[in-house]
Amino acid sequence: MGNLGPTVSISKKDQTELLALLKEAQDKDRQISRDFLAGVAQSLNISSSDAFGVASFYSFLSVRPLGRYVIRICKSLPCYLQQAPLIIDVVKQELGIHPGQTTADSKFTLELANCIGACDQAPAMLVNHILYGNLTPEKIIRILRSCA
Amino acid sequence: MPEARIVSKDFASIDPKDIETYLERDGFQALTKAQQEMTPEDVIAEVKRSGLKGRGGAGFLCGAKWELARKVPGKEKYFICNAGEGEVGTFKDRFILEKNPFALVEGIALGAYAVGAKTAYIYLRAEYHYLRPGLSEALQQVKENGFLEDLELKVYEGAGSYICGEESALMESLEGKRGEARYKPPFPPIRGLWEKPTIINNVETIINVPQIILHGGDWFNQIGTEHSKGTKLFSISGDVERPGVYELVLGSPLKELVFDLALAEKVKMVQVGGASGRIIPRDMMDIPLSFETVLGSGAVIVFNEERDILDILYRNMEFFAEESCGKCTPCREGLEVVMEILERLVQADGEGGDLEALERISQTMTASSLCGLGLTAPVSILDSLKYFRKDFENRIRQSMFLRKIGRNIGFEKNLQPAARTNAA
Repeated sequence: MGNLGPTVSISKKDQTELLALLKEAQDKDRQISRDFLAGVAQSLNISSSDAFGVASFYSFLSVRPLGRYVIRICKSLPCYLQQAPLIIDVVKQELGIHPGQTTADSKFTLELANCIGACDQAPAMLVNHILYGNLTPEKIIRILRSCA
Repeated sequence: MPEARIVSKDFASIDPKDIETYLERDGFQALTKAQQEMTPEDVIAEVKRSGLKGRGGAGFLCGAKWELARKVPGKEKYFICNAGEGEVGTFKDRFILEKNPFALVEGIALGAYAVGAKTAYIYLRAEYHYLRPGLSEALQQVKENGFLEDLELKVYEGAGSYICGEESALMESLEGKRGEARYKPPFPPIRGLWEKPTIINNVETIINVPQIILHGGDWFNQIGTEHSKGTKLFSISGDVERPGVYELVLGSPLKELVFDLALAEKVKMVQVGGASGRIIPRDMMDIPLSFETVLGSGAVIVFNEERDILDILYRNMEFFAEESCGKCTPCREGLEVVMEILERLVQADGEGGDLEALERISQTMTASSLCGLGLTAPVSILDSLKYFRKDFENRIRQSMFLRKIGRNIGFEKNLQPAARTNAA
């Protein structure tokens, strides 16, 4: 826990930090652990279940371990119309996992995302926070293989 | 009507990394003018005179909303820029954030001055995290040039949630909670963030304000139609040659955008306003784009003649079912049932009574959902049943025939059941 600092003056406004704290923990540990949730809840003076409720609400937060590279392929209509299902199949084959799963070596997690706002470059995906658009099967294999 | 440039006028001419290039193009003259020559009430009066309406989808009068918050007693008020752009097919705010963050910051400063907010937030969706360094750099430059002395402006990043573009859910999220919609009233200008008066405006709404202050509300009020003033950014995608963002005077015909600018061919229909928007069939493409007719967020998704209306609807409803916050029953349960019916129809396993059930659930959701998500999710179902009812009826007849001869063929291949990707 350590880095949350002393819990001297807790006001209800402090909870505004929760999303950022959860993201920070997830970036470090590749998941939001139960221990972290309990600690952060205590320091913000909220219940553990409230903290868990937040951690499980948002699609970019995960209480389960993620890979080092989280691939989010957009499946909303503008991407769907531009062959997103083909892109999803290629990634499934290349990595040998289904959406929602992580590779055995913990390198990749595959997720399907709702509209990521890159419809002018459909089909598109985010790898961690980097946007890749105008995807083709060849391009996506190149991108995956360049992930170190 | 031609393309016009108010919002995007400096997109090509300024360097979003260098505030000097914006200052050379009238940058921050509106804010300086407001601070030196105008009271907050004057600013509100000017925006009211302009007739500017919200660009995020709901289309509420901007000046009237500001006046509400201004008049509520109390010192602690908030101004929030909604950059949670999540409506399917919408990416215009991304263009603004990428190409002219300075004008956005100037608009936020004007809005905060008008309503009397000392703290403002830009609520940035997590999907746009990659825009954050540029935005922070722009903010820093604005501060260094002394334009933000009376205002604390912070970027707050979401964590992946469509519903957080809805204003009450956005405030919940900003308070560090689950993004669930609140009961209304009270509305945010009366009781919003931390129960204080709060204004939440869309990115595109805000970037119009500096121009209005600089050139006057009357100038702006002359552009557009009776109830739709100014221009609008349209995000067009789908089955088109040239997807992208185009700025048009409000009231321009849909067909101009779809055919002349985006170069679409063999169009079956268009959905205007994203997943929650109206369905416009090919023979109604003369319709003007305005608050009086169709508009929403300005997302325009084009579908060609080969597209299956049922498949499209299924995907639309899958989106809403995944993104519903689950707080109110009509939205949470209604979408599940609608999905179940549409899934069967896509797989050619429909039954008599399916269409009536779709209609009944849609009407219930429209009448009784808590927020905009559940209220507008069934719009495309009702529109499709109106314009493409034959497609539905044919599918049900096909289903019955296939069952009768004991065959189960075809359509399920089209359907790729999407795994729920939410963390838990």
